[in-house]
Amino acid sequence: MSLIHLVILSPLLLAIFVPLLHKYFKSIHTGWFVLILPLVLFVYFLSYLGTSMSGNTYLSTMNWIPSMGINFSVYVDGLGLLFALLITGIGSLVVLYSIYYLSKEKEALNTFYVYLLMFMGAMLGVVLSDNLIVLYSFWELTSISSFLLISYWYHREKSRYGALKSMLITVFGGLAMLAGIILLYNMTGTFSVRETIANVDLVTGHELFVPALILFLLGAFTKSAQFPFHIWLPDAMEAPTPVSAYLHSATMVKAGIYLVARMSPVFAGAPEWFWLISVFGIITLFWGSFSAVKQTDLKSILAFSTISQLGLIMTLLGVGSAAVYYDYLSPNVYTVATLAAVFHLINHATFKGSLFMVVGIVDHETGTRDIRKLGGLMNLMPITFTLAIIGCFSMAGLPPFNGFLSKEMFFTGMLRATEIGVWNMDTLGWLFPVLAWVASIFTFIYSMVIVFKTFTGKLQPEKLDKKPHEAPMGMLIPPIVLASLVIIFGFFPNTLKGIIFPTLHSIFPGNFTVEEVDIYFWHGWTPELFMTIGVIGFGTFLYLTLAKWGKIYNWFPQRLTLNKLYDGGLVGLERGSFAFTKFYMTGYIRNYLVMIFGFMAILLAILLTRNGAFNFNLDNTTPVGVYEVVLSLIMVISAITILFTTSRLSAIIALGVVGYSMALFFVLFRAPDLALTQLIVETVSVALFLLCFYHLPDLSKEVSRLKFRLTNFIISVSVGLVVILIGLSVNSSRLFESISSYFEVASYEEAGGKNMVNVILVDFRGLDTLFEIAVLTIAAFGIFAMIKLRLADKKGEVNDEG
Amino acid sequence: MEIVIIIVAGILIATATYLMLSKSILRIVIGTGLLAHGAHILLLAMGGLKRGAAPLLGQQADAYADPLPQALILTAIVISFGVTSFFLVLAYRAYQELKTDDMDKLRGNENHE
Repeated sequence: MSLIHLVILSPLLLAIFVPLLHKYFKSIHTGWFVLILPLVLFVYFLSYLGTSMSGNTYLSTMNWIPSMGINFSVYVDGLGLLFALLITGIGSLVVLYSIYYLSKEKEALNTFYVYLLMFMGAMLGVVLSDNLIVLYSFWELTSISSFLLISYWYHREKSRYGALKSMLITVFGGLAMLAGIILLYNMTGTFSVRETIANVDLVTGHELFVPALILFLLGAFTKSAQFPFHIWLPDAMEAPTPVSAYLHSATMVKAGIYLVARMSPVFAGAPEWFWLISVFGIITLFWGSFSAVKQTDLKSILAFSTISQLGLIMTLLGVGSAAVYYDYLSPNVYTVATLAAVFHLINHATFKGSLFMVVGIVDHETGTRDIRKLGGLMNLMPITFTLAIIGCFSMAGLPPFNGFLSKEMFFTGMLRATEIGVWNMDTLGWLFPVLAWVASIFTFIYSMVIVFKTFTGKLQPEKLDKKPHEAPMGMLIPPIVLASLVIIFGFFPNTLKGIIFPTLHSIFPGNFTVEEVDIYFWHGWTPELFMTIGVIGFGTFLYLTLAKWGKIYNWFPQRLTLNKLYDGGLVGLERGSFAFTKFYMTGYIRNYLVMIFGFMAILLAILLTRNGAFNFNLDNTTPVGVYEVVLSLIMVISAITILFTTSRLSAIIALGVVGYSMALFFVLFRAPDLALTQLIVETVSVALFLLCFYHLPDLSKEVSRLKFRLTNFIISVSVGLVVILIGLSVNSSRLFESISSYFEVASYEEAGGKNMVNVILVDFRGLDTLFEIAVLTIAAFGIFAMIKLRLADKKGEVNDEG
Repeated sequence: MEIVIIIVAGILIATATYLMLSKSILRIVIGTGLLAHGAHILLLAMGGLKRGAAPLLGQQADAYADPLPQALILTAIVISFGVTSFFLVLAYRAYQELKTDDMDKLRGNENHE
């Protein structure tokens, strides 16, 4: 166990002590204790930057289950480090923000920080694990901690609904991913990502390649809220705002992006990978931005905006994967898409984190997030307003913020995608830039909605719960830090080169070297620039006329939305399984017996015919005797009498006849002990039958005639037939002689008894007899207890019998 | 001879099955009794019905009937007797408490979870 393992597990370790700190330092907000850890971790991960920039990686392994190849291997490369820095950096800011956002007196702070630290540790584990099983374990831990954080205010029904929804969807994807991991293991024999990449030849072209690819993408799409799995993210907005800012914008929803980037060296270059990621990404991009415009809740707008931006990053990764197909031909135009993806990933984390915090401040200071109630906060909250402008303009892709740069690069990537000459892109490629451009217009519109509907216009104090005023400084510092990063990355994007290019090396490993290009603000009069100008022009026009065309959102049938589908699906599943269980769990013992007997008869019959097990010969049989035949007839006749009699007495007597015939059979077949026992047992049994069913005064002595039922008849006849067939087959083929010759010799010589049956019972196989005695004892005690014990009476319940 | 016995056992088991599928609790108990008889006689037949002396060494015979199936059947008879008597008293008590011997009415509560 090296230091880095301790670093990954440190949030989990601290989580153990949080409740103690909360209990014993009541006067200090628990968040202050927590804040130290992500700050330290951030600085620690910064120290890896030098290693990463010089193209080196760091690997450290700790054994977990070595016999199964499952080891806690930590692998720090560009991609892992980028995410680790995001997690710890934004984590620190979110903890700071939460200190001011969550009240010390009103909220259960201990649980909040336990969950948050759990999430932080899990997320670090996801991005730094080299072993896929360990990655999966941490992956599920993020789902669980996210579930706990969404339902933080568990007394609200909506919180519980949102938490359950996100849990079901992300765990579904997580399990699919686990299946993908196992398929990959089948192909390569290792769980290590690095070794899988090294042995990528084993994977490519394997028949399990496409299933594994789809299963991995299911995991990535559900976690990263891609269409049609995006529906959990808007409902996850019931979480406290620091959680939304941290999990549902900057870190957890990017775990899917991370997975796609991490597995790119394994799967990229295949048309399935390219098409699935690009198409689902661009649909998500478009649908998210289109749906965001109609929202009236600020957090919902941001949720759909997050969905849309995640789709954007996903599309870029998909288009970038074409670079592998072209074998990294230099200068490769498709790597620019991946570069844009990584750059936008960083940008999105900065501006979306700050926007969530801004919305949280507005909510905190006014008591509402509904844009129909808000307005005119510009003069009251100038700092918040500035932060919102920076965040939203960056999100809309306006200069001079970092969003502008990544949006330009996004357009570049999409335009280049039309030039891909394979996989039918020559016919369908034009869709990419068109959809991207339209989606950008919607992005522009909702960004403007956030800024102008909230902060300009008329103040409506009568609709607000509180008198709005500027937030405390502590709450403003985290968004200020993020917003300044937005501006710094906007003006000096090349400061990020040190982290972006090692990341690209992780996504495109091998001998390939990504050309280190500078990211420029001004790149000449390119088509991308005209597209941006078009976005601004159309966007402004559509924003100003929003009231007129906004009605088209009402055209969509409410019944066909994905949420309705999800809810209906859950209800349908529940009803379906209930109906199915009702169908076969009828409660009638006859139905269960029909199933058991029928199943037994059918199964044995199939076995007999399929394996040709039936055979019949008369070699081993003894000659038929007259006495036995007569006795057999008596037995069969009395058994059948039971079926047809209507009197209880005749039925009992007929059963007795069968029993006494059995005793006679035992006499004929030279079994004196059996005959004795059978006689006595049958006598006692008949007496008991009579006692219970005949001599009871209030029971009618006649029973109705047994009704003929065809199913019962078929089943009992087939059970009897199967028994006969098996009996005949067994009788026809004796495999070896009986061991009884031993008893003939040993009974007297070794056990000193001449009655072989009794010697076997008490000497050779005495243990059977011991437990047979136990059975009788238990039966006797059971009968005694049943008759004597009347708990219902003692409880004073009504009992007519007395 | 074994063939006859096997067929008798099959008929006994078929009858027992038919009785166990009926509604009346008495018929079900009788069915289990018949089933036990069928099983015992099948055991005996499977052990082989070769003529020979009873398995008592004092008989000084050349061949004896196989003692092992007999010992097994003896154990089975006693156990099935214990179970049948328990079952009978259970049916009796059920009748006493619930006033019915119709299995369709002994279904338990429809609304239990």
